Amino acid sequence: MNWVLNNLPLIGERTLDHLGIAVPAIILSFVLSVPIGWVANRYSASNGALLWLSGSLLALSGLLYAIPSLPLFLALPAIIGTGLRDPINVVIGLTLYGIALMVRATADALASVDPHVEQSATAMGFSGWSRFWKVELPLAGPVLLAGIRVVSVSTVSLTTVGAVLGIKSLGLLFTDGLQRNIPGEIYAGIVMTILIAVVLDGILVLCGRLVMPWRHAAALKPQAPTKLGVNA
Amino acid sequence: MNLIIDAIAWILDPAHYGGPNGIGVRLFEHLWISVLSLLIAGAIAIPAGFFIGHTGRGKAAAVLVSGGVRALPTLGLISILGLSIGIGVQAPIIAFVVLAIPSLLAGAYAGFEAIDRRIVDSARSVGMTEWQIVGRVEVPLGLPLLIGGIRSATLQVIATATLAAYISGGGLGSFIFLGLRTNDYTQMLAGSILVIALAIAFEGAFSVLQRLVVPAGVRAGQRTNVRSGSSRSVAAAE
Repeated sequence: MNWVLNNLPLIGERTLDHLGIAVPAIILSFVLSVPIGWVANRYSASNGALLWLSGSLLALSGLLYAIPSLPLFLALPAIIGTGLRDPINVVIGLTLYGIALMVRATADALASVDPHVEQSATAMGFSGWSRFWKVELPLAGPVLLAGIRVVSVSTVSLTTVGAVLGIKSLGLLFTDGLQRNIPGEIYAGIVMTILIAVVLDGILVLCGRLVMPWRHAAALKPQAPTKLGVNA
Repeated sequence: MNLIIDAIAWILDPAHYGGPNGIGVRLFEHLWISVLSLLIAGAIAIPAGFFIGHTGRGKAAAVLVSGGVRALPTLGLISILGLSIGIGVQAPIIAFVVLAIPSLLAGAYAGFEAIDRRIVDSARSVGMTEWQIVGRVEVPLGLPLLIGGIRSATLQVIATATLAAYISGGGLGSFIFLGLRTNDYTQMLAGSILVIALAIAFEGAFSVLQRLVVPAGVRAGQRTNVRSGSSRSVAAAE
């Protein structure tokens, strides 16, 4: 406990380092997954080369997620030519994991939109582009939100692994605490990592309320379960 | 690209296969650490998941456990266990058990939960005992989701077993940590490639296995089930 009280500035600094890696990775994986997931969903019912494209996008994202984090952080410098201890490797690696989870979630989210609603939108004169932004994306919102919450929690936790390479994050409190035999330092790192995960999760839920206000109102009324079994 | 060629040459060098620090021994360690962790986690999580799925009791606790443990950084857990019980293989194994429990628990109870309640009620009405319902109805029908849970737990543990070497627990991560200490990038990269290849091999083996173990009767209706299964796991983690 003494260690924690004497090192509050260090804990704060490592927390900021941690956020500097995790937050860009979470945002990038969301932004990049939506178009990829859209393609995977759009062509999942077609045939020939396009079906193959859709299937291989989903298979590739599954395979990507199987790759262990530390080896990925080590292999990226050899592939993209960055320095071994460059935090950018961790950001890119975590973004790839986020994409691996989010592409599948995005495809599921877009598939959960009722086709009748899409057809009604087309009948009302929406173009393909505005139908996507004004109808499909908002209706896919709840499943997208569930997906990005999973990505956020796992990204915050995996960010600590970079510390093994000396990359600054809360993980450095683990490696340093182990070397110098200070349990308080390791506990501080664990508690702060979980705290960041909980706070970011809360922020995501809040963002969900702000951009999907109709869900908050609907939640007050009893609801029939959606067809995917996801509680809306 | 030269770096990758060097690393592949390192892997292919016969001198790196024998001895206590050879690829053979390290691969064996990696596998037994993973299998032992999974067996312990399975012995705890699968019966617990079956109980929750069958009785419907304790579901809130299960969701809390599977969600909460996901946020726990494994590196931190290994560090604190390493300090309290010493370096070696025990601390990483405990950490991997904790890592594997959420996926196994979620797979076990989600499998039971996905079953149409009318099927369970019919089984009860034809006179099956509760044990028969679990053993002959719920377990076989819940199998696809349970195997899905075992698959993700196995992949997570195989991947994370790399960190066992962080406190001298052995495994393929040994090459990575030895390379880090001696600034030998070729060896680090070679170790990384070995772990990545092992993980991908397991991913491939599981996708074949998952197709084989699903009962033929269930497979007919599976085309629609695959999707609801994957989104269910997202919802379960929520």
